[in-house]
Amino acid sequence: MKFLDEYRDGELAQQFAQEIHRVTTKPWNIMEICGGQTHAIVKFGIDELLPEKITLIHGPGCPVCVTPLEMIDKALEIAARPEVIFTSFGDMLRVPGSTTDLLSIKAGGGDVRIIYSPLDAVKLAEQNPAREIVFFGVGFETTAPATALAIFQAAQKRLKNFSMLISHVLVPPAMEALLSSPNCRVQGFLAAGHVCAVMGYEEYFFVAEKYRVPIVVTGFEPLDILQGVLMTVLQLESGRAEVENQYSRAVRREGNQPAQDLIKKVFQVVPRKWRGVGEIPKSGLGLGEEFAAFDAEKKFGVADHHVEESADCRSGLVLQGQIKPHECPAFGTKCTPEHPLGATMVSSEGACAAYYRYRRHDRQLAEAR
Amino acid sequence: MSVSGEDPLERMGKIDFGGVLKEASLAYVPETAIGDYVIVHVGFALSKVDEAEAQKVFEYLKRMGELGELEERRT
Repeated sequence: MKFLDEYRDGELAQQFAQEIHRVTTKPWNIMEICGGQTHAIVKFGIDELLPEKITLIHGPGCPVCVTPLEMIDKALEIAARPEVIFTSFGDMLRVPGSTTDLLSIKAGGGDVRIIYSPLDAVKLAEQNPAREIVFFGVGFETTAPATALAIFQAAQKRLKNFSMLISHVLVPPAMEALLSSPNCRVQGFLAAGHVCAVMGYEEYFFVAEKYRVPIVVTGFEPLDILQGVLMTVLQLESGRAEVENQYSRAVRREGNQPAQDLIKKVFQVVPRKWRGVGEIPKSGLGLGEEFAAFDAEKKFGVADHHVEESADCRSGLVLQGQIKPHECPAFGTKCTPEHPLGATMVSSEGACAAYYRYRRHDRQLAEAR
Repeated sequence: MSVSGEDPLERMGKIDFGGVLKEASLAYVPETAIGDYVIVHVGFALSKVDEAEAQKVFEYLKRMGELGELEERRT
């Protein structure tokens, strides 16, 4: 496919890797923010092409993985109601809540449906006026334009039977939370290309300057990631901390203005809990007052549920880049994609699932030794 | 890509994903026309691919190679 295959050329990837080897003189820790990038890195073995001095730390950019336990429990409670058709992206269905998951609610007779786009949920609401249609709005700035338009359309159509359980999160506040932590090992960032396609990258100049970290907006194909790493290493080696854009074929500095306009109209910035990390101020989007009637938490009276997270799952440390997935004692034993302890083992973008899928043989070999 | 809908927020397009056709909202890419390449996420086109910028990765590699050769010659 055009604009895809040419960015997977093995020979060109080697050229980038050689250049990275040539310019690296000191050890550097670089975090890729986005789960899509983590998946590509592990799938294509990009980290194995890099010098030993370069460590890629897998960031918290998997929306499913950072959705807090209590939000999953709220979803489960709403989805179990007989009048509700609960709609969600497929990867939320097997995320474990405190006692069960959405797939089990569905198996027990709950009307849980996987949809491709939030607009499909609006259509369902029009087609089923006697039912309550709830959409589980999970995602980063990349998904927010889609949920915003769904809410906006529902308001225009004056739909009374449509609402959304919203767990939207924002990337820059999470980067700041990571950088402020005393355990922070991150020295440079590959920023998430598609988040920046929506929001632009002006917000990052402040972060780069305040914390003295290079930030390179990076795409998702092997050549993109390798070039992003090279650009970051060149900055680190020369003591620069700038914002650069590797993914210029899709990202403009100002981002997507119509999308930002609708996000601003429909949402407001709120504090948000991140699974395994805790609450981060100003790190989420919630519905603005004008659209409060579409808030499923209020509609179904679940807004005040609070749940403590289990200590068995160490996904919080994985999400903060403090351990690698296979360093968790439960990895591949008590915790597998079939029986996940935490969301990082469920989602295709989760670091634990990526390691399980593409790296389990390494661990088995290590055990055999 | 084919396009339907008059209101910019209702504009939809058929997108060819390497042979698989899927419908996506074009609400946020009002500048796109038939034949353009777009980045799609959860049924929404978020960005038009800039064909000139798309060559930059390869130009960067080429410059890198030329610089490398220069250095080799010098040593």
